[in-house]
Amino acid sequence: MSGSISELEALSRLIKYKIIRNSWYSGTPHLGSCLSCTDILVWIYWDLLKVNHLDPKDQTRDRFLLSKGHAAPALFQVLAKKGFFSEKDLEHYGKDGSIFGEHPPTPEHLPGVEAATGSLGHGLSIGLGIALSAKLLKMGYQVFVVVGDGECNEGAVWEAAMMAASNQVENLTVVVDYNKWQATGRSNEVFQLASLREKWASFGWLTSEVDGNCIGDLKKAWSEIDSEQKPKVLIANTIKGAGIPFMEDDNNWHYRIPTYDEVLSCADILSITKEEIAITEIMRQGRK
Amino acid sequence: MRNGFASEITNLAITDETLVLLSGDIGNRLFDGLKSECPTQVINCGIAEQNMMSVAAGMALSGLKPVVYTIAPFATTRCLEQIKIDLGYQHLPVVIIGTGSGLSYAKLGPTHHSLEDFAILRSIPGIQIMAPWDVKSIRTCLDIALNSKGPTYIRIGKKGEPDLTNDQIVPEIGCGLKITSGCRIAVIAVGCIAPVALDAAGMLAEKNLFVDVVLYHTVKPLRKSWAKDNLLSYDKIFTVEEHSKIGGFGDAVRDLLDECNFEGKFAKIGADDEFIWKVGSQNYARKLAGISADKIFQAVHSLQN
Repeated sequence: MSGSISELEALSRLIKYKIIRNSWYSGTPHLGSCLSCTDILVWIYWDLLKVNHLDPKDQTRDRFLLSKGHAAPALFQVLAKKGFFSEKDLEHYGKDGSIFGEHPPTPEHLPGVEAATGSLGHGLSIGLGIALSAKLLKMGYQVFVVVGDGECNEGAVWEAAMMAASNQVENLTVVVDYNKWQATGRSNEVFQLASLREKWASFGWLTSEVDGNCIGDLKKAWSEIDSEQKPKVLIANTIKGAGIPFMEDDNNWHYRIPTYDEVLSCADILSITKEEIAITEIMRQGRK
Repeated sequence: MRNGFASEITNLAITDETLVLLSGDIGNRLFDGLKSECPTQVINCGIAEQNMMSVAAGMALSGLKPVVYTIAPFATTRCLEQIKIDLGYQHLPVVIIGTGSGLSYAKLGPTHHSLEDFAILRSIPGIQIMAPWDVKSIRTCLDIALNSKGPTYIRIGKKGEPDLTNDQIVPEIGCGLKITSGCRIAVIAVGCIAPVALDAAGMLAEKNLFVDVVLYHTVKPLRKSWAKDNLLSYDKIFTVEEHSKIGGFGDAVRDLLDECNFEGKFAKIGADDEFIWKVGSQNYARKLAGISADKIFQAVHSLQN
């Protein structure tokens, strides 16, 4: 299941390209938010998570919840690449009647999705309920939740943090996608988030701080804490729009949709194959 | 009623190890029996209702049967979005118990009253809303809720509610129980306000005005076939609820009667559209809100003329 770091990096670049192309094709926003956590998703899905696309409801599977549901375009590309549904299905993205929108639908509507997130501050609590269930059902699965830094404005995140610590829920791991932005401004200015790591530590969690856009760094940090019997949080320092210099740390890309020429620039930046670019050209012809 | 719930949930937990009670830092001694019988099946979720409701969703997604227990306003409006999205949209079998509902906690003021829970929750697709009137009817409601595929909100009282079911069988979801029958007028009461409706019926009988009292434990969904067979023959129907007149049981029954082409007169008795800031007993608060036996008496009596 696990690939080398360079293989995972190449996979992450390809998925980033597909997210960008999809944003252009379907007019779906939140590109910056998707790109900041794509490396994290690739690392979790290809290096950690035990899931089986042929049996998506397998009781023993590990669970992943994208609590920052507005990064669903990234999750959909990951799930398609994992085989939960066809990549072809994603061509209907955002069209009338499609299941693929700006947020994950319910698990009943789309295999591979664990919870219908999108309203911020729910996913960690749901993940906590799933992690607690493992204890009651005497199962050994792990639960991973990606939370946004802006999402940490929500009080329910901290309700869950306290309850997880008091129950010593050691099979629960949070990755905070700390890209330093939320919709309207810097996340440290809208709300006093700093020092985020110390906040989680004071809530009783085992903490680690990493470069969240470096898969090697994520792997290394995880190997140092994965056996600890406490709820764990990785404060993943990320860049909104990571991987595309003209998008990086520019909050306009929270809502902006790329042009076709910008998609082609991204293909160049991400070293995308000619075959994949040819598909983009076909999509453009079909879109006219 | 609380004690009846606690003993029933203990019995159910003993036979079903997937049943888990989540409480919002209340019911400390109430659940002592459950804690000693099934210690891993009780979790105190603290004073954090939003998290508690989503934790319950996570448990239901994992195959457990969570029952969430706290004071009615905190089990509903405090965490409304978690109920709407995590339980409603995902259609998960979570049972929410709102205790001390209506004006049970009259002395604690409007923070602890729940006179809007029916109205607000009714508009969430797929949720069942129930309000038993005594311990026997709680058992039926719990049984219905725990065998459902989606969420159920059950609003219960506090303590001292009289047994009204006696030897009768508590009806299925959406149907009523006729305590008396044969009259031209029906007073339909939902949940713990039932004894007040019966008091009003007694007062009316003294004036030679006889009414049937019908008890309901369901606000949603109401069963059309039962209403057609049992309610259409009345000349007049009155609903009584310990809830705002706006959007609650009365409106649900009126919608039902409209669908059945009921041709008689209809009126609803419920709380006026005001916060009850004056402190007092539950009966005092009910009078202030306009849901006393006197009010029912007056409503029925005035519609005679």
